[in-house]
Amino acid sequence: MLGIINGEVYDPQNGIDGQVRDIWIEDGKVISSEGVGRAGAEIIDATGLVVMPGGVDIHSHIVGAKVNSGRKFCPEDHRDHVRTRTTLTRSGSGYTVPTTYLTGYLYAEMGYTTVMEAATAPLVARHTHEELEDTPILDKGVFITMGNNHFIMNCIRDGQREKARDYVAWLLEASKGYAIKIVNPGGVENWKWGRNVSEVDDEVIGFGVTPRQIITTLAWINDELGLPHVPHIHGLNLGGIGNARTTVETIEALEGRRAHFCHLQFLSYGGKPGKRLRSGAAETARAVNEHPNVTVDVGQVIFGQATTMTSDGPLQYRLHQLTGNKWLNDDVEGETGGGVVPMLYKRKNLFNAVQWLIGMELFLLIDDPWRVFLTTDHPNAGPFFCYPQVIKLLMDREYRAEVLEGIHPRARKGALLPELDREYSLYEIAVITRAGTARALGLQDKGHLGVGADADVTIYAKLDDKEEMFAHPTYVLKGGEVVVRDGQIVRECPGRTLYVTPPYDPGIEADLRAHFEECYTISFDNYPVAAEYLPHCEVVPCA
Amino acid sequence: MSEFTLITGRTAKQGVALHKGKDSDEYRQATGFVMMSRADREHLGIEEGQSVRVRTAFGETELTLREGELPPGIIFVPMGPTANLLIAAETQGTGMPDSKGLEAKVEL
Amino acid sequence: MTRIENVVCSFCGCLCDDIIIEVEDNCITAAKKACANGRSRFLNVHTQAAQPTVDGKEVDWPQAIDAAARILTDAAFPLIYGLSSTASEAQRKVIALADLLGATIDSTSSVCHGPTTIGIQSQGEPTCTLGEIKHRADLVIFWGCNPTEAHPRHYARYSVLARGKLTPQGRKDRTVVLVDVRPTASSKKADIFLQVRPGCDFDVLNALRALLKGRDLDVDEVGGVSVAQLQDLVGRMKDCRFGVIFFGMGVTQTGGKHLNVTELLALVAELNAHTRFTTMPMRGHGNVAGADSTLTWQTGYPFAVNFARGYPQYNPGEFTAVDMLARGEADAALAIASDPVAHFPRQAAQRLSQIPTIVLDPEMSLTAQVARVVLPTAIYGISAAGTAYRMDNVPLPLKRVVDSPQPTDEQVLDWMIERVKTCSA
Repeated sequence: MLGIINGEVYDPQNGIDGQVRDIWIEDGKVISSEGVGRAGAEIIDATGLVVMPGGVDIHSHIVGAKVNSGRKFCPEDHRDHVRTRTTLTRSGSGYTVPTTYLTGYLYAEMGYTTVMEAATAPLVARHTHEELEDTPILDKGVFITMGNNHFIMNCIRDGQREKARDYVAWLLEASKGYAIKIVNPGGVENWKWGRNVSEVDDEVIGFGVTPRQIITTLAWINDELGLPHVPHIHGLNLGGIGNARTTVETIEALEGRRAHFCHLQFLSYGGKPGKRLRSGAAETARAVNEHPNVTVDVGQVIFGQATTMTSDGPLQYRLHQLTGNKWLNDDVEGETGGGVVPMLYKRKNLFNAVQWLIGMELFLLIDDPWRVFLTTDHPNAGPFFCYPQVIKLLMDREYRAEVLEGIHPRARKGALLPELDREYSLYEIAVITRAGTARALGLQDKGHLGVGADADVTIYAKLDDKEEMFAHPTYVLKGGEVVVRDGQIVRECPGRTLYVTPPYDPGIEADLRAHFEECYTISFDNYPVAAEYLPHCEVVPCA
Repeated sequence: MSEFTLITGRTAKQGVALHKGKDSDEYRQATGFVMMSRADREHLGIEEGQSVRVRTAFGETELTLREGELPPGIIFVPMGPTANLLIAAETQGTGMPDSKGLEAKVEL
Repeated sequence: MTRIENVVCSFCGCLCDDIIIEVEDNCITAAKKACANGRSRFLNVHTQAAQPTVDGKEVDWPQAIDAAARILTDAAFPLIYGLSSTASEAQRKVIALADLLGATIDSTSSVCHGPTTIGIQSQGEPTCTLGEIKHRADLVIFWGCNPTEAHPRHYARYSVLARGKLTPQGRKDRTVVLVDVRPTASSKKADIFLQVRPGCDFDVLNALRALLKGRDLDVDEVGGVSVAQLQDLVGRMKDCRFGVIFFGMGVTQTGGKHLNVTELLALVAELNAHTRFTTMPMRGHGNVAGADSTLTWQTGYPFAVNFARGYPQYNPGEFTAVDMLARGEADAALAIASDPVAHFPRQAAQRLSQIPTIVLDPEMSLTAQVARVVLPTAIYGISAAGTAYRMDNVPLPLKRVVDSPQPTDEQVLDWMIERVKTCSA
């Protein structure tokens, strides 16, 4: 038994806003403090310290084929950022694309205990799970890309959404995935013809379906299957000037069905084609405010080195053409595609400066912290260990104004941000980094410290400099064990992979076998990821 | 004696013979020859099946001559321990030795 | 008789996963659909027990592990090499061992597609999975490789004969080009064969890039290929629906090495301004792509890694096996799933007889014959289950089809890691 005594607790899911409370833990779970005897318990004295649930990251690219390709082709990313091995920990390297052991350590040292891998093609899910096994401490889940999946598009074309539903259920179990991911629906398939989509009603070449149909079908399927999370959507025209319009159209296309829009910053661009980038944050923030069925994460730009990596094949090619940086592309048969391009965000570059500003505006214009979450779309807009920097920008408007002064001056002209003087409270930060993300993910035992919660707890010193405070928690507990103390990893334990197993009609197997014969270059029997790949796992129930 | 460009590489027979063991006759036969074009062979006055000495700046070895379809001036030896007697460990800092395009001399 | 379907053959990077294995009395009697290489691999398996040996004498496993651990912990600059024919589960363990020892670890990539990786690190890589080729590619170029001999089922399963959605007639729906320094069994199956002078691949690739950009060449031929032939090829590349260049040792082992690859990758990237074009290295060993992957996710670098400073460092030429052995730097070696004595230049190979060498291998390889400690292990994909990565990085599950008394590489490495920890304590 372990007690965290006398700390200032922020547990928004249970309405606790800085009250001094004791948290009692046994067998990896938070237990009731009633009748608890302290005898024999380990005590952490949290007097004067801030206690929160462990951080829950709703969107990050940390493992799998695309991420590893990014690691492989950017050795320059790693050379100056190394981690020496210790008796407890493995060595590692990398800044924007850290190696797997280092990723686990860096997240834990920052007080995060659960991370969602944002995109995996199911054909290569086995690779993702091997890397997750080599990512210590964190609990994790995998989003499975489906928005350009041939079987699903065939079903939509043929008006067979029930079959698509059974397929999605089968696919999530076969890939040991957690949620439906949709990336530039139809656009990644069109990239295999050298094209893209730009409107929600554009046609996907060879299938005659539209992005709107793909999104609404998958949203319907999500509800039918009762999945804990909602469809996680990377929308159309990412990075394109004026894309705020299609983002709003996509939100409206849902017609009230629930969905999550990721890295909304990249999809909130105003301005006219051929002209300079302007913020479209007001437009997309208004849509988010008016549609309570939608949650978002921001994808805040961090000035400095980044690595763009998405399943959005045509986007990645465009970034290569725009920047001239080296380009990796990987089209995946029958399913998806993607690419990697290194990126440098400069505060004196007008485009980058406006991108930074758009992210900030989204945080400050979206009213409900339970529906807007803190991410950097790691490593697309910046590395995850820069989250504390973003927290400081949100909590300290003087610091924010200071940084604003340092960006390209034309970015500030006519922008809303200088006028937005809202400051986030500690309670709201707890929402956008753990309570809200856990709730949006449907993780009932995460993101809070009520009885029955997983004992993932982060304890911070109460510092004026919020970046320093959130960058170096004093204690981090995972499953009731202290894993980080005073910034050091003191225990390396494996985390669990969380996945779902929604029910499906086993009769679908006949259709699948035929589909595999036609579509894939591996056999149907060799496709599913066997349980052996997940020695540490937990099935999260569907509704 | 004549000067050639030496290429080494995989062959189907060498790949199959690998599994019989690298001491096996099959493997030795699959890797122990040097292939030369008919024009070059006749110019040098060597018959198929004869033993020739192949020499590079790094080493030399005896190999059985076989005729094959090759451009003039090029000889081919399958990859394996025999070819490795001829290849330098110099990699120009890449890790990869020069396994193809070496200057070689062939003599009876 | 037991019949096992959808077995993965892990001899070469094709990782064909449709093999049908027939087993009688724990003996493989047939390997249907496998090519000659695959059949040879499956049908030449011994499942009798083999004891580990130290200095040629049979010992029990704890003694063998102890001897190996001492060799590695006593060494100042040990080299771990190979990896390419073992499962990713074992690869991950041997990297952990290297980390623990502060050793150098290198895979067979360094003498195969290491230059490709170096090229990708400067240029990027427009690639795809093999199904994309099967379904879409109407122009298939093989450069410096001989798939008929080195990857016999590649044409039928993925690239030339395979029938796909946009290529229902298979061969007839494709134009096949082969570039090499000599005619081969593969060039005879091509529609167009371009014979390049040895060492001139860079020149030819560079000329193609120039022609693609609309430049005029003031010569008639480049590297033995006429400019007219090059113009024709450029035209076909621009006009195709989906093109691919598969490339092999003819590009990586000769002349400019990684610079040849850089030029090839740049050409493919530039073609995407005109049409969809992609590329893929023809990986030789069955799980060398897995070696690249596991080394990358655990260390940041795909080969030529050194842990002597307590963290990973990467430097081809410094930490590559051939160089380290030839310069006499490695003072102990562990070879796993590879046979460097057979495949390295003599000057590097002979060092392995001069230093204490440990071998993990199912077979008595040439390296095992000069090794101080020989640890005979099970064969992944035959007598042990595991994971391997295809040449396009698609990971496949390897089955155990016969039983073997031998431990797996992964098991042996777990024992070694434990023993090294106690040796060092």
